Amino acid sequence: MYNANKVIPGIIIFILFFTIPIWLNFGRLEAIPKPELPKKEKKCIESKEYMRAYHMKLLDDWRKKAIRENKYIYTASDGKKYFISLQRTCFKCHNDTEKFCDKCHNFVITHPDCWDCHIAPEVAKKWQ
Amino acid sequence: MNALISFIIFGILVAIPWFGVGVLGLQSLFGIVIPYICFLVFMIGLIYRIVYWAKSPVSYKIPTTCGQHKNLASPWFKHNRLENPFTTFDVILRMFLEVVFFRSLFRNLRADLYGKRLIYGSAKWLWLGAILFHWSFFIILLRHVRLFTNPVPGIIEKLDYLDSFIQSLGVPPIYITDILILAGLTFLLLRRFIDSKVSYLSYGSDFFPLFLLIGIGVTGVLMRYYFKVDLYAVKQLTLGLATLHPTIPEGAKIGTIFYIHLFLVSSLAAYFPFSKLVHMVGVFFSVTRNMPNNNRYKRHINPWEYPIKHLSYYEFQERFKDKMIEAGIPIDEEAKPEEHKWYTMYGPNKNI
Repeated sequence: MYNANKVIPGIIIFILFFTIPIWLNFGRLEAIPKPELPKKEKKCIESKEYMRAYHMKLLDDWRKKAIRENKYIYTASDGKKYFISLQRTCFKCHNDTEKFCDKCHNFVITHPDCWDCHIAPEVAKKWQ
Repeated sequence: MNALISFIIFGILVAIPWFGVGVLGLQSLFGIVIPYICFLVFMIGLIYRIVYWAKSPVSYKIPTTCGQHKNLASPWFKHNRLENPFTTFDVILRMFLEVVFFRSLFRNLRADLYGKRLIYGSAKWLWLGAILFHWSFFIILLRHVRLFTNPVPGIIEKLDYLDSFIQSLGVPPIYITDILILAGLTFLLLRRFIDSKVSYLSYGSDFFPLFLLIGIGVTGVLMRYYFKVDLYAVKQLTLGLATLHPTIPEGAKIGTIFYIHLFLVSSLAAYFPFSKLVHMVGVFFSVTRNMPNNNRYKRHINPWEYPIKHLSYYEFQERFKDKMIEAGIPIDEEAKPEEHKWYTMYGPNKNI
């Protein structure tokens, strides 16, 4: 092999780059956090699978309906009607964002802009 | 025709996980086994290619130059260190601009016939499409580290935040690189269809990676914005892959679109070392670019120059003595045997 003094470091850099996750996790891997589900209520407004994947879409639709169309009634797929409000409907059961929302959001790294306008219930409690 | 065959192969690649996971339910095959195998093929294949290229001798110094050579005698000619590198540092600068900003592609020209006149003109669109695609792809690759690490490093988190800072187009916020990579790839594909000269030069192996990359981009975008998947479960799976404890998350169903995306990425990884895509490492072995043009300053030795066997005069005379006497050629009685094995142009006993 020619230019081994350049090629071998190159191969090492190549391997290190494409296995970055292993090195980044090394020695600092944390357990997968589990969101704390509400104890009183067993069923969310839609099915568990739907909520897990689509809750941001649902909340986005709610925002559009409430703010732009002045519609405040959401009919779930099972026919039940809900009042469209993050703070008054969702937070009724999910009353601790740190233990519920933030667990997953910090785990998968998303940047929801909910708290630009809304106040999390535990923060609200502090100010009351 | 080339494009059609590539597209059919691409279609089959989409159909395999669709059927395998959607109908047969082979989650662990498509979620664990195939990604691992394809990743290994990618790594080993590329290392093989690197070693294979590194073993090839470069017999001449052949950098392409288009600037003033360093002139030792007349220093008033300004040396152009990027176009005509003289030291290793110059070469590093030149390679850096080449790899990071595609400097030579920026000089891309197009030739068109206007009536009977052949006109050459500047054509920066290829450069733009290429740079959009490559940089977006690189950022997207880095961004995906968020799915393979826990906790996610701050720099990846910031990169992800910057990439998704346009929050006005709905939830989840749209990634800028998602738009740019699809724009770049669409341009690169359309170029091959629309420009008749490029179309004529395009093989199936030119179309196939484009279809594959567009497929990966489109499934990724669909997964993020339309057919959503349970990201929490996805990260459990991908984190398992990265920590070498792969599991299919129980109790949560990940949509088939995720497996299609993963299978296309795996296909790309496995296809990488055997396709034109190896230019990723090949660019570093491009001998017209990675050599300094200092031929008259530093001797370039041809690595495969083989040792030449030769006879000393004494040995020659010993061998042909009878014939020399017969022909009346005088014999040098004072010739002495020399100690030698072989001789090359680089000196005695030098094995190169």
